Amino acid sequence: MTEIAVSVLVVVGALFTFIGSLGLARLKDFYTRLHGPTKATTLGVGALLVASVIHFSSGEDMPSLHELLVTLFLFITAPVSALMLAKAALHLRVRSAASLLSGTDDDADAGEQSG
Amino acid sequence: MTGRVLPHPLLTVALAAIWLLLVNSFTLGQGLLGLLLGWLIPFFTQRFWPERVRIARPWWLFFFLLKVLWDILVANVTVAALILAGPRAMRPAFVSVPLDLRTDLAIGILANTISLTPGTLSAQLSPDRRSLIVHGLRVEDPELLASEIKARYERPLIQIFEPPC
Repeated sequence: MTEIAVSVLVVVGALFTFIGSLGLARLKDFYTRLHGPTKATTLGVGALLVASVIHFSSGEDMPSLHELLVTLFLFITAPVSALMLAKAALHLRVRSAASLLSGTDDDADAGEQSG
Repeated sequence: MTGRVLPHPLLTVALAAIWLLLVNSFTLGQGLLGLLLGWLIPFFTQRFWPERVRIARPWWLFFFLLKVLWDILVANVTVAALILAGPRAMRPAFVSVPLDLRTDLAIGILANTISLTPGTLSAQLSPDRRSLIVHGLRVEDPELLASEIKARYERPLIQIFEPPC
């Protein structure tokens, strides 16, 4: 029973992680590409970690919970690195598919880049 | 005063919990060691924590976390579908979300939440800290997105960290 649950979770996790990476390859501009690694992977890695908890807790008298820490650190670090990347990209005026807002570092030539 | 001896009680508890998870054994000895570390670390790093964190409504925080987890789950599927549908399905846009939150921690949590819930990514906090620039993957209506973020995530955070006195 636990084996089935673990297998399903691992496959689901791998699938979502794969889709996240696919997004990294397929999307058009830097900012949309940022979404892939921060997002689809949260569910992907989450499913893998739940699988790990179930696998290492079954048969033991003590539940294995340090996977929770991986989740915690991931949820703290992934958005921060994404924020820093986006901020740097705005600062360097990386080409964007979306029109940039005034108030960001780039507002002069925002109009002609939208489309 | 607890201020001098125990500068950040919440941080102490959190560090102790993290210690227990790190060693992955829940015995009394490890619990005490965790509490000792949780006391010592904030004590020696006091200068990193200028403001004292207070959580007015712990239960709301709990429900907030549950809601965010659920949103992550649902929206992940949506974004996966979007990615598979290809770039044509995207309508990326930058949206400026005006902020009512004032404390650093609360703004940080809001920004992280926005980044974690798929489809949106917080890109920049304006220098005056009055608005957060959010990049959306598929934005039909920027106004709607901004008001949704405010209603769904910012309002509970205000209740939790900055209750009106």
